Amino acid sequence: MSIDYSSIGLRVGIEIHQQLATKEKLFCSCPAELASDETPKREVRRFLKVAKSEVGEVDPAAQYEIMKGRNIIYEVPENHACLVELDEEPPHDLNREAVLITLAIAKALNSTPVDEIEVMRKIVVDGSNTTGFQRTAIVAVGGYLVDDDGLIRIQTICLEEDAARKVDEGRGYVKYNLDRLGIPLIEIATGPDIRSPEQAMRVAFKLGLLLRLSGKVKRGIGTIRQDLNISIKGGVKTEVKGVGRLELIPKVVEYEVSRQLRLLEIRDELIKRGVKESDLPYLMVDATDVFLSSKSRLVSSSLSKGLRIYAAPLKGFGGLLKIELMPGRRFGTELSDYAKAWGGVGGIIHSDELPSYGISEEEREAVFRLLSLDRERDAYVLVISDAESAERALKAVMDRARHALIGIPKETRAANPDGTTRYMRPQPGAMRMYPETDIRPIPVTQELLEEAERLKPPTPEDLLTRLVREHKLAKTLAEQLIRDPLIHTYLNLVEELGDKVQPHVIATTLMIHLKGLKSEGLDVSLIDEQTLKTVLEKVGENILSKDAVPEILREYSLKKGEVSLEELIKKYTGIGVGELEKLIDEVIETLRETLLTKKEKAFNIVMGEVMKKVRGRIDGKVVAETVRKKLKEALGT
Amino acid sequence: MVSRVKVGDRVRVRKGSLVYEGVVLPKSEFSSENVLVIKLDNGYNVGVDVSDAEVEVIEENVVRFHEPGLSRSVVRGGGNLKITFLSTGGTIVSKVDYETGAVRPAITATELLEAVPEFADYASELAVIEFSRLFSEDLTPAYWAELGSEVGRLIESGVDGVLIAHGTDTMTYTASALAFALRNLPVPVVLVGSQRSSDRPSSDSVLNMRASLAIFKEAPFGEVVVCMHGTISDDYVLAHRGVKVRKMHSSRRDAFQSINDAPLARVDFPSMKFKLLNPRFIARGRREDFQTVSKFSDRVALLKFYPGMECGIIDLLVDKGYRAIVIEGTGLGHVRNACVDSVARATEEGVLTVVTTQTIFGRVNMNVYSTGRRLLKAGAIPGHDILSEVAYVKLSWMLGSYPGLERKDYVELFHKNIAYEYNPIHKDSLFPVWSHEY
Ligand SMILES: [Zn+2]
Repeated sequence: MSIDYSSIGLRVGIEIHQQLATKEKLFCSCPAELASDETPKREVRRFLKVAKSEVGEVDPAAQYEIMKGRNIIYEVPENHACLVELDEEPPHDLNREAVLITLAIAKALNSTPVDEIEVMRKIVVDGSNTTGFQRTAIVAVGGYLVDDDGLIRIQTICLEEDAARKVDEGRGYVKYNLDRLGIPLIEIATGPDIRSPEQAMRVAFKLGLLLRLSGKVKRGIGTIRQDLNISIKGGVKTEVKGVGRLELIPKVVEYEVSRQLRLLEIRDELIKRGVKESDLPYLMVDATDVFLSSKSRLVSSSLSKGLRIYAAPLKGFGGLLKIELMPGRRFGTELSDYAKAWGGVGGIIHSDELPSYGISEEEREAVFRLLSLDRERDAYVLVISDAESAERALKAVMDRARHALIGIPKETRAANPDGTTRYMRPQPGAMRMYPETDIRPIPVTQELLEEAERLKPPTPEDLLTRLVREHKLAKTLAEQLIRDPLIHTYLNLVEELGDKVQPHVIATTLMIHLKGLKSEGLDVSLIDEQTLKTVLEKVGENILSKDAVPEILREYSLKKGEVSLEELIKKYTGIGVGELEKLIDEVIETLRETLLTKKEKAFNIVMGEVMKKVRGRIDGKVVAETVRKKLKEALGT
Repeated sequence: MVSRVKVGDRVRVRKGSLVYEGVVLPKSEFSSENVLVIKLDNGYNVGVDVSDAEVEVIEENVVRFHEPGLSRSVVRGGGNLKITFLSTGGTIVSKVDYETGAVRPAITATELLEAVPEFADYASELAVIEFSRLFSEDLTPAYWAELGSEVGRLIESGVDGVLIAHGTDTMTYTASALAFALRNLPVPVVLVGSQRSSDRPSSDSVLNMRASLAIFKEAPFGEVVVCMHGTISDDYVLAHRGVKVRKMHSSRRDAFQSINDAPLARVDFPSMKFKLLNPRFIARGRREDFQTVSKFSDRVALLKFYPGMECGIIDLLVDKGYRAIVIEGTGLGHVRNACVDSVARATEEGVLTVVTTQTIFGRVNMNVYSTGRRLLKAGAIPGHDILSEVAYVKLSWMLGSYPGLERKDYVELFHKNIAYEYNPIHKDSLFPVWSHEY
């Protein structure tokens, strides 16, 4: 894709949420750690009071229906939650350690702390907070981050409690584990100052590195979450939640831009076709009769369960539903997301994708006739479900379809693992917040600020100096490293192996060998931190030669895990000089005739044969020396 | 600078290179002197020290903070019960104003209906009376007298149930006062509270109120009960006899439990199924037999004995003109031997001294040890298994409503089981069994 992002007016803002590595949770003394699967747990069941006037979303009625009466089950893991998480005891004072860490990070971002921290309650009625609200507070405002393409403004830095962890969801219930509830989170929100997909990743990386360098944040999967606010000229600001991996960020931005551009094209096409809002009334038609003798397994098995097939006409939408907005996601997929979210149905089937699912061309035509539609110009959607869910689903689909005439709806979307996004919910209006009166306001005193100053994370420049002076890395390598997401892996490995393996071996493995394999086009996804640690550890113990590292990694990736790491390590385990000499003697003996006739090439021939057997198991220089010595002895050359 | 800025004004605060803009809110008792609490447009509040800042009022009184007067309102529903909801204070139902962050009690019938839509299914008429706006710790015997009279009038007017919203801290006291004041109740009177403030979506108040509807509709008893959560889950609410219930935890939603007695009934959720748990109840009386006896004396004291207590404290109360003293004694009902003389003096002065127990569970028995026997001889009245708080309320009611009786008549009245404040049979299942798995 070659899009000129400045000409389409791309604006991106990032919100980073990162768990702080405090000893205790934000409002109680429980450990700020997740429970394990083996942790014994009890269950508590609750309902949340959802006032109609408080849902306040695009279609409050429907959202209210979904939330109302839903049974919320909380798993209470032994020693990981107390009465505070259960909402059975008022919160304790705000965790001082968390405040200090947040202030320290704020300082590093040139942000100004507020004079008094006021904790707020932000209404959240999905059950992920036992109270029905999330506690959050602004700790600092303003500030900036220096990026290659200019300053990125920081808007706010908040301290808030993490939500409970969803473990299950089904009809009429949702289940959460309380271990994560109350773990302190820092939220850093930048201004909409990012202008390209690559810059978005770079800024997220820089913020992540800064957090990491504080040494006071959690590490590992699920401890950091990135949200993106993306807009283009003529489009809207879309919120994308939960981008887990850094490398995904440019894709998420590209795909969202593509989606918005395509949606604007669809709008223009609809206008060109003269489609009006009055052409799109909500109409639900029972089309089950058309499919009574359908050969589609999907249809027949659904009908046998007592479900029915409902159709809704989309006048003027013929051919538009199959337009691809993002890789693998068509306009029809967007409509389907709405049906799923609002109606709780499995999805929709639309006329642009038929015949398929075993539904025949004749059946497709019959529905067109049933709805009195033009099969070239118009389209329709089908929902297989009970009447009540179908009605909610189709109403949502029609609302979405009507919005296509105006442009792009304001949505909160969720990131998929491939960088595409899916509809999650409409963007909430003004946040429903009110003061948390159970917690005293916290004055940001001189004493707190001085203490925070001591926790201020080193800058990337400080890190560079450390890599060169203490880790003895070449300056160019160190410079590359601090700009690369692999810096995290590097620092983790140095921390764990530092006294056993020289840092430059670790850095070379990551920045030269691993990158080399990647640029050869190898799938290196199998090589995780643990794999690297295992291999490098063997180098530290002198069991492997450092030359063996790239060989093992290459073979491990190529064999896609069919050969275990242990076997590969065994295979490449170093050999001694004695064994090497024996091997060379054997080679010379077998090739004696040839070598005598091609004396000038003897070294190359023997070297080649021997290396085939010992590559990666012993230093090449040692092999060359020994071959030379042996040839001299054997052939007198 | 700060003096001309009022709560409710929209301001712009310039502090160095920073600019805060938003509405000035009332600040908490804990905020520092120079701090302005400002609600920013993103919904957050921040505290800004304005001693070194430039404050500009952009618009005055953007938001007004005012408290409306006590209200009364009525709505009709599709059920067949005439229900009156009476609010004493606190915020059993409240609304949050997200613009100001202010939490205010929602006390109109319409607002109550929005919070608990089930009222419309049970009630033909729902009247909502905001009786007072007081914290439960500020209530007095004089207040019980007024409240008892008001509820009495409501029952005489023919309602099918009175629901009273009350702060939880002193709920036992008020429930007992009503239990003594409202004689031969033809309908249940239910007190509800919330352990989790009602502004939050997780408040327990909604379920507690819903349970009262099943009580009004199905309960065979005519008693004053307290409806609160049975467990920390939202699975059932218990209706406790008002004279036998106690708040046993400072914050849990299942804090209220029956002591030395079984709860009268439970209501399951979401089914709203009513189940009678205690066969020993006072049946609903005939309307013509209903009586209100609602006078309370403030000349009663409740004293907790502790080792080393100076006996002069008892003398002091007698000298101050107190007419009755509840001494919450140790174990089976004891105070130090040195105090027996003070009790004897109180008796001589015509002061009633009731002894209850600090163990909460079980009954006093002053015959077992010599100290108990000496106290009885000095005129101490054993409180059997009555809760100390209930003994206090009962004495206040006796002295207020029946002034000038002989000592022996008072003793007899005190021991008369008026509202089942005594339970002669303690089954072993009435004592809670703690979990010993930690
Ligand atoms: Zn806790």
